[in-house]
Amino acid sequence: MIYERSLIAVVVFAVFVAIVLAISFYLGARAKSARGYFAAHGTIHWFVNGVAFAGDYLSAASFLGICGLIAFHGYDGFLYSIGYLAGWIVALLVIAEPLKRLGRFTFADALDNRFNSRGIKLAAAISTLVVSIFYLIPQMVGAGALIKPLLGLSHHVGVLAVGVVVIVIVVTAGMVSTTYVQFIKGALLVIFCAIVTVLILRRGLTTEPSYADRPFEAFRTLPASEMIDNPSARVLPETGGWVGQPYVRVRFDLPHVVLVWRRTGPDGSLLAETQTVTRTADGRTLVNGWPQGRGRNESDLRPVGHISRLPHGETSTGSVGPLEFFRVLQDSEIVLWGAQRIEHGDGDVTTVYYQKPTHGNDVLVPGASPVFRGVRSGNPLDKLDFLSLMLALFCGTASLPHILIRYYTVKDQAAARKSTVVGIASIGFFYILTLYLGLGAMTSGALDVTNSNMAAPLLARTFGELLFAIISAIAFTTVLGTVSGLIMAASGAVAHDLMANLLKIGMDDHAKVRAGKIVAVVVGVIAMGLGIAFEKMNVSFLVGWAFNIAASANLPALVMLLFWKRTTRQGITASIIVGMITSLAWVLLSAQTYKDVYGLPPEQAIVPFSQPGIVTIPLGFIVLAIVSLLTAKPTR
Amino acid sequence: MSKPAGSSDSASSGAEHPDADDHPERSARNARIGLWLFAAYVLLYAGFMGVNVWAPPLMARAPFGGVNLAILYGMGLIVAAIVLALIYMQLCRRRSPPVADDPGASA
Repeated sequence: MIYERSLIAVVVFAVFVAIVLAISFYLGARAKSARGYFAAHGTIHWFVNGVAFAGDYLSAASFLGICGLIAFHGYDGFLYSIGYLAGWIVALLVIAEPLKRLGRFTFADALDNRFNSRGIKLAAAISTLVVSIFYLIPQMVGAGALIKPLLGLSHHVGVLAVGVVVIVIVVTAGMVSTTYVQFIKGALLVIFCAIVTVLILRRGLTTEPSYADRPFEAFRTLPASEMIDNPSARVLPETGGWVGQPYVRVRFDLPHVVLVWRRTGPDGSLLAETQTVTRTADGRTLVNGWPQGRGRNESDLRPVGHISRLPHGETSTGSVGPLEFFRVLQDSEIVLWGAQRIEHGDGDVTTVYYQKPTHGNDVLVPGASPVFRGVRSGNPLDKLDFLSLMLALFCGTASLPHILIRYYTVKDQAAARKSTVVGIASIGFFYILTLYLGLGAMTSGALDVTNSNMAAPLLARTFGELLFAIISAIAFTTVLGTVSGLIMAASGAVAHDLMANLLKIGMDDHAKVRAGKIVAVVVGVIAMGLGIAFEKMNVSFLVGWAFNIAASANLPALVMLLFWKRTTRQGITASIIVGMITSLAWVLLSAQTYKDVYGLPPEQAIVPFSQPGIVTIPLGFIVLAIVSLLTAKPTR
Repeated sequence: MSKPAGSSDSASSGAEHPDADDHPERSARNARIGLWLFAAYVLLYAGFMGVNVWAPPLMARAPFGGVNLAILYGMGLIVAAIVLALIYMQLCRRRSPPVADDPGASA
């Protein structure tokens, strides 16, 4: 494929993981008490904690997913950047300080502080567990996707490797080591992305991107007549799934190959080269008609992503400024890639990847990708989908259990505030960089047309093997860090809230820590299983799921507890349960799930649009208000 | 990398002192500031969503600098979040009430 296993990548990987484990073992000796294990003794310095916030938050989905979305669809990926960061404003300005005053170890503690109710403990612990696990799945899937091309291991092995390393990290030291791992990872991620951005701007934009020893191979677009006149080319008849599609299959004699061309231009007079991947009924993979590989009589996908036309007919701009970069792109024409699945009756399935020359100004406004296409449509329901996702991203951040838990690791409110500001500044800076990274990858000529998740590492490789190895290793530690944070949150929920507080299992400090570690192992094993089971699922789809569920279940309870004096414990319990179940059910019944998970026609889906947030978040507030009013004690 | 302005850690706790961070009056005041700034950001964010819903063609226009509104507004939202966070931190640091704090000021 586009990837070669590289020795440098393996070495840099091994060094990174070794350093992370060494920190864990070293700091593990310091965490003996329950407060030490779950909340790092409340002694983490605010700056370290702030960068660790960034480390926690910039998960595999943020880094790989957003860069990939921008590289494949333009501005729409950046909408995620905007939404994810805006969520921090809710966290800092509305939730952070009151919460720090209320809680000790976990989200459930904070909710429960006022009421001491077993119902709240149960509901909050379950919602923490559910959100953590749903957020874990995409991280594990992302890990598998990273390992596969980088180290040449299978998806399963990748997931297992991440699982084992993370369990070792969490079990050996708990929150202290998790925090330092996140600090290192967050800092490295921001620094190296800044370096790559500078390199992108210095390289400038070109219509013939080439790097290392790989010359740029243009994808051809020819007049149809030229093909017919070519004596060594023969147009094949339309058979199987090809009937009625805009493709022409041409057999060439020297070299002996069948290429698929897509009719374009006015009245289909032009033919544009495509790339095809066919999975045959007996399990073989053919690329452009040949077995996949690099040897004789084998063929492989070519890297894609280039500018077809720069302003004023230039072929290369030379180094550009940060704003000039956008100005040039706006007036250029960029070749994006579309994919079409064609099923032939005999069980063979061909995916055709075809060129989509797109004007720059179209790429740099919202609505170019399938998810946000609705923004440009006249159908108000399509726009609800966009609004709902933006709302869920806005509200989801403050409701994520592994983010909330970090408020407890510093000594007081001033420190919590400062670390959140540091977190926002680093995350915001990183999100600004994502736009450069994504657009840089889009025009780098290095993309893998089948896997958007690899856009950022492949972009880095155009600047050399070492940078590629470092960025990949950082992406991998990103997964490690996020997964360990989530497992901490889940183990806190079970050991502290369910076992100690709800079931009243008498445990001393050591027993509690031991219980937390056992739970961490169990959750880690579950996550590995799910990571393997969900291999085929889209990563950002799953992250959207987690944000929607988190916002629907937790936000109403949090906000009302902090700002409405008549909130009752029944109201909180009801809103958590209703928010969690309705958002979960909505997602499971949505068109996207029908299509991607069950393989059913999306038109049969019961709910009108895919993102539940715009309905289920207000629903949580309403349920909470009504139940609270009904169960309020008559005061006089 | 980003560092908040004036990054010296001088906060000390102790609920009795009126300048302490967890003093109830102080907390209430900080919460009020937070909500005002939050309201400002919500307006900005809603404006972005509104333009996308009701006037998407505006996003492709380039109001100044030759860069289109989508990029300017999007970057603006990110920068605004960072700026609001810094303002919030500054306002929360300021001592309250200023008169009791600095007797010479009103004399």
